[in-house]
Amino acid sequence: MASLPPARPEFVRDAALAEEFGVVQQPLTPWDRIRNSAFARKTAILVVLAALWQAYAMHLGNPLVLPTFTATVHALIDRTVNGELLARAGTSLKVLLEGYAIGLVAAFGFTVLAMTTRLGNDLLETLTAMLNPLPAIALLPLALVWLGLGNPSIIFVLVHAVMWPIALNTHSGFQAVSNTLRMVGRNYGLRGPAYIMKILVPAAFPSILAGLKVGWAFAWRTLIAAELVFGTTSGSGGLGWFIYENKNLLDIPAVFAGLFTVIIIGLLVESLVFRTIERRTIRKWGMQN
Amino acid sequence: MSSSPVPLLSVSGVTLQYKTLQHRVTATYRVSFDILSADRFVLLGPSGCGKSTLLKAVGGYITPVEGEIRLKGQRVVKPGPDRVMVFQEFDQLLPWKTVRQNVVFALEASGRLRGKAADERAMAYIEKVNLARFADALPHTLSGGMKQRVAIARGMAMESDILLMDEPFAALDALTRRKMQDELLQLWEDTRFTVLFVTHSIPEAVRIGNRILLLSPHPGQVKAELNSDGTDPVDMRSGQRLSDRIHGMLFDDSEAVAGAVHG
Ligand SMILES: Nc1ncnc2c1ncn2[C@@H]1O[C@H](COP(=O)(O)OP(=O)(O)OP(=O)(O)O)[C@@H](O)[C@H]1O
Ligand SMILES: [Mg+2]
Repeated sequence: MASLPPARPEFVRDAALAEEFGVVQQPLTPWDRIRNSAFARKTAILVVLAALWQAYAMHLGNPLVLPTFTATVHALIDRTVNGELLARAGTSLKVLLEGYAIGLVAAFGFTVLAMTTRLGNDLLETLTAMLNPLPAIALLPLALVWLGLGNPSIIFVLVHAVMWPIALNTHSGFQAVSNTLRMVGRNYGLRGPAYIMKILVPAAFPSILAGLKVGWAFAWRTLIAAELVFGTTSGSGGLGWFIYENKNLLDIPAVFAGLFTVIIIGLLVESLVFRTIERRTIRKWGMQN
Repeated sequence: MSSSPVPLLSVSGVTLQYKTLQHRVTATYRVSFDILSADRFVLLGPSGCGKSTLLKAVGGYITPVEGEIRLKGQRVVKPGPDRVMVFQEFDQLLPWKTVRQNVVFALEASGRLRGKAADERAMAYIEKVNLARFADALPHTLSGGMKQRVAIARGMAMESDILLMDEPFAALDALTRRKMQDELLQLWEDTRFTVLFVTHSIPEAVRIGNRILLLSPHPGQVKAELNSDGTDPVDMRSGQRLSDRIHGMLFDDSEAVAGAVHG
């Protein structure tokens, strides 16, 4: 049999006021801080990758297959300074934003329709189930037949790339809004558009934002792919066309520079635009950690 | 002198059902009661007897299959800001709005007040629930009890005809719950609002209510309507405390579930 614990005296204490001891903390060493920074760690990875690339390319010695890292950076700087890359990126982004905006509005309209009528709901579910798995670029040949060689075809494909993921995410976000919040909204007399804008949209914002991000990534990929297939619409093509052209000219460093630009723009939008929106909305509201 | 006063809310012969894919579930059967102005009317009954369903029907979210609900003589057909609900759930605050904005939102969305007037009313009620220091905090930074207080402030700021509260303190610890009950009574002393309060705790019903409606286990039917002065008095005839009488009435035929009722 286990023996009883020994008797211990009781005591009562007054808690010290917070002002008396202040905040207990100790600064981290600079080295700890660097290791704690995800940015620093990722930069280190990039530096190592660049070094490996450089070493292998020099060992290979064939710039037509793999130019060195430094040659690529050179090309990137040259083409940026002479304005070519910026102009190409500008062309791409302009088309992209047009397609994205149209796709976004269409997706939103579709979702609202799906929220208000049962037929709309069935329509959206059927269409997203059918069209979401279809790579948007697969529609490009059709678009060319219908709309001809030019921006409208690319925008058609972009809208398709953007619309379904956003509609799908927004719709499932709306459906996941808690019953309590819905009842609260209706309790205070909200109906129709006001109810959607003031309750459903903010409550579903984590999903909506996820949809916007996926839509962006799809649009960006689809655009570059479409430009690779046929780039020039009105004299000046976009980034995809830049890559394609320089491949034909066997200017491989410039091809790499073009790829770099695609990656950099993707990263910038993700880290500047979407991160900022995320920080100012769903993180601040405690809807995501 | 003895003409019966006009009820603020009258529920007469209300039967409520849920339709599921397989069958209909009757939640309450022919329930009737009248609530007078400034009543603290409590719905009390075992879990699953249809209290929440009844409250939602008064809120206008569920239509009775039989009987009717009238507020000031007007038939209740849909939700509206004249019957404000305070839910049991902590997620009833809009997470994207601060404490103050949550209250202002209610006033503005319902068209009750606008701009500065809404803001002033909101702050007045936030002060009443002792949260003035947290007026600009977002809900996710508050404790559960604080969130419930915001919800109560939001409901009360509407100064609606009747406040509907569904176990608003059930998810709180005993100490906080006790404090919130006191606060609610204090607020009632200040403004004499009318409240319909759902609980399955007998002590809470006795403390909060001036009139207690007892419902039978599922499907809920009216079992008794009792008066309470908050002190749990000993009844002359039976020699029992009010809470013991209620306990007897609720569980005489179903001792097994008595354990489900706690303080
Ligand atoms: N959405 C629903 N669909 C079908 N049946 C339901 C639904 N909600 C509740 N019910 C049924 O209606 C009955 C009453 O439920 P209700 O939520 O009103 O009980 P309650 O008295 O509030 O219980 P508690 O004290 O546990 O909250 C229950 O027996 C339940 O099975
Ligand atoms: Mg309930």
